[in-house]
Amino acid sequence: MGLESITFYIFSAILVGSAVLVVSLRNPVFCALALVLAFFTSAGLWILLEAEFLALTLILVYVGAVMVLFLFVVMMLDINLAVLREGFTRYLPFGLGVAIVLVAQLALIVGPEHFGLEAMPKPEPHAADYSNTKEIGRVLYTVYLYPFELAAVILVVAIIAAISLTLRRRRKKQTMTPEDQVNVRSKDRVRLVKMASGNKDE
Amino acid sequence: MIEAIESALDFLPAGLVTLIIIVGKILVLVLPLMGAVAYLTLAERKVIGYMQVRIGPNRVGPRGLLQPIADAVKLMFKETIFPAKANRFLFISGPILTLAPALAAWAVVPFDDGLVISNVDASLLYILAMTSLGVYGVIIAGWASNSKYAFLGALRSAAQIVSYEIAMGFALVGVLVAAGSLNLGEIVEAQRGSLGIINWYMIPLLPLFIVYFIAGVAETNRAPFDVAEGESEIVAGFHVEYSSMTFSIFFLAEYANMILIALLTALMFLGGWLSPLHGVLPASLLEGEGVLALLLGDGIHWLLAKTSFFLFLFLWFRATFPRYRYDQIMRLGWKIFIPITIVWLLVAAAMVVWKIGPWFN
Repeated sequence: MGLESITFYIFSAILVGSAVLVVSLRNPVFCALALVLAFFTSAGLWILLEAEFLALTLILVYVGAVMVLFLFVVMMLDINLAVLREGFTRYLPFGLGVAIVLVAQLALIVGPEHFGLEAMPKPEPHAADYSNTKEIGRVLYTVYLYPFELAAVILVVAIIAAISLTLRRRRKKQTMTPEDQVNVRSKDRVRLVKMASGNKDE
Repeated sequence: MIEAIESALDFLPAGLVTLIIIVGKILVLVLPLMGAVAYLTLAERKVIGYMQVRIGPNRVGPRGLLQPIADAVKLMFKETIFPAKANRFLFISGPILTLAPALAAWAVVPFDDGLVISNVDASLLYILAMTSLGVYGVIIAGWASNSKYAFLGALRSAAQIVSYEIAMGFALVGVLVAAGSLNLGEIVEAQRGSLGIINWYMIPLLPLFIVYFIAGVAETNRAPFDVAEGESEIVAGFHVEYSSMTFSIFFLAEYANMILIALLTALMFLGGWLSPLHGVLPASLLEGEGVLALLLGDGIHWLLAKTSFFLFLFLWFRATFPRYRYDQIMRLGWKIFIPITIVWLLVAAAMVVWKIGPWFN
């Protein structure tokens, strides 16, 4: 077994293991971190396939940006794990049904007969001066120019939609009117809240 | 030299020899880097000291030159304190995840023509990917500390790093367009020309150069963008709960990143190891074997000099500017830097297409 296969099996094992952890761990923060590990190892596998541009972009976009925002949200949510686990048995039959349908669909499309060594032979290794990045660029801007531009337009529309949905209209002036300031009463501004003192063991 | 080592070790199996050479290369890079980090901390204290009309550390060793070593020994012998109910595994992983990408990025940095650990084709992309991983250490450290100050600091710095990465990435795309290559060595060679300094990318890509360096300062969470630390509001940000070696690893990563940013700026915009004397002195003085040619011609010493200049700027900024307010940081990143880089990307592309001289003909 060469170095390449050893690397492949190590990375695949880590990838499968971390993917299982994503769905099996209790703490959502750990799940998100396991997903980061899964992305990272699959980037390693892509490098093994000489797809270094895609691999590095996967790290840059998914690990470096998307998962950071994911982690952000997950860390700031106050998730009650007991409530999350409550409905497990109730939803189990439905979940199993969905899982079976998914696996069946996957097996139909990406079954072994479509991806055997006959259907997809091992790609020829390229010479050292072969640039994966240049090749992708060449294909993207010639053969697939229209789909590429279309995707760009759709993304721009999505960005504008997101901005227009979340845009807060700011109050234009920051100056105060004096009579408002004079007429203000303490009960408009201050709310006194009675709080029990915190438990030491908590 | 590498061939000599290979032939000296040829009684060992071939795979082992390769491994030994790779580890040797890494040591040759990382040990001086750690030394540079240690003495950068001393330089920072000295420079800021003189800027504030003080002397700075001068007690340990002659003129305080052993101060970083004393600091390192002190940090090593301190106790690592784990906060109550903190997650130990992630608490330890935080600093490791900060340092590892900071060092991994150095694998593709060239120091001279061919003097690089791994001469990969997409090295620019690799550096961008590795530096984008550093944010995980910050987030994980802030979360695992089980402290509100640390968590707030982590959120601030993560949002800041993610925002400035975009401007930084666009600036790098400008360099990529100008040089037509993702390989750092080729980017430097593309800046070679008969006019010397005029040929460097800092002239045609001046806005990208400025945006890149400022975004680099923000990426490394240095003053005036150090709201993550914000000692007046959130004590010391994400590493408030860290002590001893775990703390010093954050420190190492921060300074290693500073040196990396300074070096990358020198490589991409200031012609890396190219001598600034091209076009000033006759070419016969710059080429050849003599001591004068070695000193005046291209070489690693020019790269180190340019890097030191940018590192000095880092320290100068810290002594000069007051800290940005958080909303102003975000405004600067999103509303000023990103539009500038996008506009200049188009300008750079137009300059390349129409072969505007003396850079792109």
